[in-house]
Amino acid sequence: MNVIEATGRWVRFRVEEAGRAGRFLEEAALAFGSVRSWLPNATLQMRRLGVDSLPIGLLIAVFTGIVLALLASYSFTGAVPLYFVGTLVEKTITLELAPVLTGLALAGRVGANIAAELGTMRVTEQVDALETLAYDPDSYLVVPRVVAGTIMFPLIVGVAMIVGLGAGWLASIGLLHLSSDEFLKGARMFFSTFDVEYGLVKAGSFGFAVTLIGCYKGLRARGGAEGVGNAATQAVVYSAVMILVLDAFWAMTWLHGRS
Amino acid sequence: MIKWVDVYKAFGEKKVLDGFTLDVHEGEAVVIIGYSGAGKSVAIKHVVGLLEPDRGTVEVDDNDVPTLPRKELYELRAHIGYVFQFAALFDSMTIGDNVAMGLRKRGEMSESDIAHRVAEALELVDLPDVQHQYPAELSGGMRKRVGIARAVALRPKYILYDEPTTGLDPVTSAVIDELMIRMREKLGVTSVVITHDMRSAYRVGSRIAMLYDGRVRQVGTVEEIQHTKDPIVRQFIEGRATLEGDAASLAAPGPAFESGATARGGGAE
Repeated sequence: MNVIEATGRWVRFRVEEAGRAGRFLEEAALAFGSVRSWLPNATLQMRRLGVDSLPIGLLIAVFTGIVLALLASYSFTGAVPLYFVGTLVEKTITLELAPVLTGLALAGRVGANIAAELGTMRVTEQVDALETLAYDPDSYLVVPRVVAGTIMFPLIVGVAMIVGLGAGWLASIGLLHLSSDEFLKGARMFFSTFDVEYGLVKAGSFGFAVTLIGCYKGLRARGGAEGVGNAATQAVVYSAVMILVLDAFWAMTWLHGRS
Repeated sequence: MIKWVDVYKAFGEKKVLDGFTLDVHEGEAVVIIGYSGAGKSVAIKHVVGLLEPDRGTVEVDDNDVPTLPRKELYELRAHIGYVFQFAALFDSMTIGDNVAMGLRKRGEMSESDIAHRVAEALELVDLPDVQHQYPAELSGGMRKRVGIARAVALRPKYILYDEPTTGLDPVTSAVIDELMIRMREKLGVTSVVITHDMRSAYRVGSRIAMLYDGRVRQVGTVEEIQHTKDPIVRQFIEGRATLEGDAASLAAPGPAFESGATARGGGAE
């Protein structure tokens, strides 16, 4: 009986949570229409969530590029021409590692930042104060962050792709003694603009998910400092999981079956 | 006019409002008193639609607040100033920007007019020189005054004060009381004030209502409340630890608290 009761309670909680999330999404979508309310804040958020996150994105890209070049060289073991290092670095960076690794790093930085900020605003009644001053929290707080995340994640990932490729290139020259021409030959050989397009669209979806989850968790924070801490932790965990789910989603729906 | 009619509100199993009914007429300052956790803040949050009743109606100028469409609710909120218990200032903004927030949202005034109105509102609360400071740089009392300035800058028809003097020293409390009186007498603002501070309640209120067990236990003029025979109201206004006792016993807080708790649990309307 207890197991059935516990299961029922768990299912009910999950269904209610899904309902609340759906309602939140609907309200955010409706608030998107009032452009004048969110546009001024969106530019500020683009700087805070995007430009200020650039260093972490670049740092990840540099080390990923170097490691990929060395990993490729190790895996080929002389059986595959070494210029394929360029191919592997280009494909892996643009299709997978730049979007996913940068996305995961930004899930921590941006997701936690949003959840903690909005959570603090919620528990100190600043969100209520906004409402009493006739501001809609969805258009004033949520939409600018989601728009900024959806636009800025692909930009950061785009720069990370270039930097990662550059780092792999330099590592190939400096550590693998591959010539610049050879690396570029490999990189160009199987290059397709689809690779970049795919990576950037994925990054946009990650930005959308991370900021939306951060806002949702932050605005639902309750009970002071502990509540804010829980909201930030949950935002990071849910964002990271969502990035992996979306990564698989894009691979199955867009990448699968292409040649 | 603000009207709560038979309002019920519960959070989970906990009933907070249980048939709360009260009218606030134009030009009045109605003070709502009651124990901590009695539901006073919950009651006034219904007026601006921050909470929705489980049952009953909350009306402002004949608008049924819970059923108002979002756009009309925001229009209504523009006429109601709300002073939060802990001021709820936006800590990423300067004091000047905090006070200007509501005015900017209205979009009816130029930036120079807004700056003038902000200076005027801060002058009214005796804080003319803090415009460029941040909330974290101010004391609790100063923040509360900024919260009042933010509400009055909108020149609202109604102001809801949520414990405006709690935690302040007596002099600052008196300054805030004077300010609330000035708002009503000079600007004709209708006010609802939540407080535990009976000295402030007597000074500011034109009527006082006591919220007890989720409903209004007694409502009347200051004089009527001061001379009430209702034992629960008397206990509260006189700050006694027990229904019958004279004063809180420092030597035996346990029994005194238990007795007080029993008194709160019992009693009928």
